[in-house]
Amino acid sequence: MEIKRGIAVSPGVAIGPALVLDSEWFRIPQRVIPPSQIDHECQRLRQALAQAAAETRANQEAVSAKLGPQYGAIFAAHALMLTDPTLVQEIEALVRTNHFAVEYAVSRVIRRYAKALESIEGGYLADRVADLFDIEKRILRHLLGQRREQLRDLREPVIVLAHDLTPSETAALDPQRVHAFATEAGGRASHTAIVAGVLNIPAVVGLGPFITDVSGGDRVIVDGHHGLLIIDPDEETLHRYEQVQASFRSQASQLAELRSLPAQTRDGVRVLLLGNIEFPQESGPCLEHGAEGVGLYRTEFLYLGRQTHPTEAEHLEAYLTVLRTMGPQRPVVIRTLDLGADKFLPGGSGRRAAPEHNPFLGLRSVRLCLQNLTLFKTQMRAILRASAFGDVRIMFPMISTLLELRQCKMILAEVKEDLEEEGLAFNPRLPVGTMIEVPSAAILAEQLAREVDFFSIGTNDLIQYTLAADRNNETVSTLYSPGDPAVLRLIEHVVRAAAQHNIAVNVCGEMSGDPLYTMLLLGMGIRQLSVTPHSIPAIKRVIRSVTVEESVAVAQEAMRLETARDVNNYLRERTRRILPEVFS
Amino acid sequence: MNGAPLLQKVVITNPQGFHMRPMAAFAQLASRFKSSVKVSREGQSVNGKSILDLMLLAATQGTELTLEVAGPDAQDALDALVKLLKSPPPEEEVSEASLED
Repeated sequence: MEIKRGIAVSPGVAIGPALVLDSEWFRIPQRVIPPSQIDHECQRLRQALAQAAAETRANQEAVSAKLGPQYGAIFAAHALMLTDPTLVQEIEALVRTNHFAVEYAVSRVIRRYAKALESIEGGYLADRVADLFDIEKRILRHLLGQRREQLRDLREPVIVLAHDLTPSETAALDPQRVHAFATEAGGRASHTAIVAGVLNIPAVVGLGPFITDVSGGDRVIVDGHHGLLIIDPDEETLHRYEQVQASFRSQASQLAELRSLPAQTRDGVRVLLLGNIEFPQESGPCLEHGAEGVGLYRTEFLYLGRQTHPTEAEHLEAYLTVLRTMGPQRPVVIRTLDLGADKFLPGGSGRRAAPEHNPFLGLRSVRLCLQNLTLFKTQMRAILRASAFGDVRIMFPMISTLLELRQCKMILAEVKEDLEEEGLAFNPRLPVGTMIEVPSAAILAEQLAREVDFFSIGTNDLIQYTLAADRNNETVSTLYSPGDPAVLRLIEHVVRAAAQHNIAVNVCGEMSGDPLYTMLLLGMGIRQLSVTPHSIPAIKRVIRSVTVEESVAVAQEAMRLETARDVNNYLRERTRRILPEVFS
Repeated sequence: MNGAPLLQKVVITNPQGFHMRPMAAFAQLASRFKSSVKVSREGQSVNGKSILDLMLLAATQGTELTLEVAGPDAQDALDALVKLLKSPPPEEEVSEASLED
């Protein structure tokens, strides 16, 4: 058993045979054979090796003739590996002693060599791992012959393991048969993460090197709650996960029943539950989880991983994709670019910004936009043009002064004029909102409230800036807590300012998707929450189990407590009393 | 002639180490003889006819390898293999990078 730790990007638990995409491209059908078949398996092996070697030698001749002998040499080495006496011995040993099916034995032996090569000091043979995977693929192709399953017509469910998933690889997968993903590379916004979100299957990314530890057909567990990949689990672990899986399934089906029910408290107060999305493809799952709209559409992906800035047409296409799914009635709140200067090229011409000593307090987000007006206006034009097709709203991130907000609104007015002159349709009353995520904005909420249509409290940054603590920095991350009394006072203040000026206030950070804080936020007067789509059912369940009166009492008590730990303990105890299963 | 195995130590002089091409040549040459060929490095001993095994030895420039040959054509095999290991790399040694293309 081996446990790898990565980043959980889509929840759930899946147990099943591994399909290792980088090397196999097809599923290894079975792991063991009856002893009576051993000789037959060994015969198949020798035949496949002979065929593969002959094929490789033919390649060598063809390539040598075409490109010169030095290029043919690589195939000569492959042919030598295919006829290697130790290779055949070791594979046969696994078949004879462990009764492994020969395909599985091939994969196991190749992995063992790959692993050994990777670990050689200096890494000077690490590149040869690719050669090993190449010959593995070739042997398996001969072994499986007609029985080979293409990725698009897998007959059995698999767990897909890969270094990273490219869009074309993903397109070749049969979503009915892929029960989970795990990849070596990637972060929260990787392609794997999006696809897993869209397919609603567990996924873990950023696991670091593990491909050489897994053979196709190995049993693996993907734990999408804790970000774990467990290779070849022992009996106890397997049993434990089977139970987790069962309870997750029954919980998921219970939560699915909530989908069509309104997010309404027991005493009949409606809460608007919206989804946070990052990619247009996420809007489908967002609706499926019961979201009533998009409360936070992050647009950064449009800017990342490219040399030029996105065009107006590219922006518009992305926004219209979301609107097509959401329909004309549901709100879609589009947040303008929220990136640091370190993350991309502000000039759009290969000119990278000078490194900043303190990027989180530097040129980022709306500050960056206000210094790159062309970039800002392009996005505003697209948002305005999209507003002709649905309930689009614009939201500015990281506003820290009233002046910044006024500048944004002034530019928006200019863009509206331009569109009008060009005769392009847009909603002239496009609602304008600001994120409240810098303490100065929370403190000056009354002033800001007069000049916008809505607030959205971005708790992640608000907590980080209020407590001056980076939650990814392990040495100080304990300071970072949504339950901190300072944070609660700021939120309370913002809610009051919004109520005074009769504007809506939404909470869109991770705090809003954590059931621990739902009663507190309701009790503080929040009636709009925007959360990761898969958290919607759980939050809805809390809303439907409580009354506003109870929540107000909880909020009042929480506000009296002196430390974040007291607040969190109190909230856990109160929520557990109403919904024991939430923190079981 | 099936007497005690013949032993000889060889130090790798090729600046690129005992790399893919020399390893392939070695395994190929060793396979032509009836005798068994063992190659060992600091106690780790592998089959000299197996390119995969030879790769695991990870012999770089300066590594001392011990050849152990036993069988009817042991002396011929040992002479040929030592000669191969000691021969300088060919003039136009193809780099590993271009092999990969």
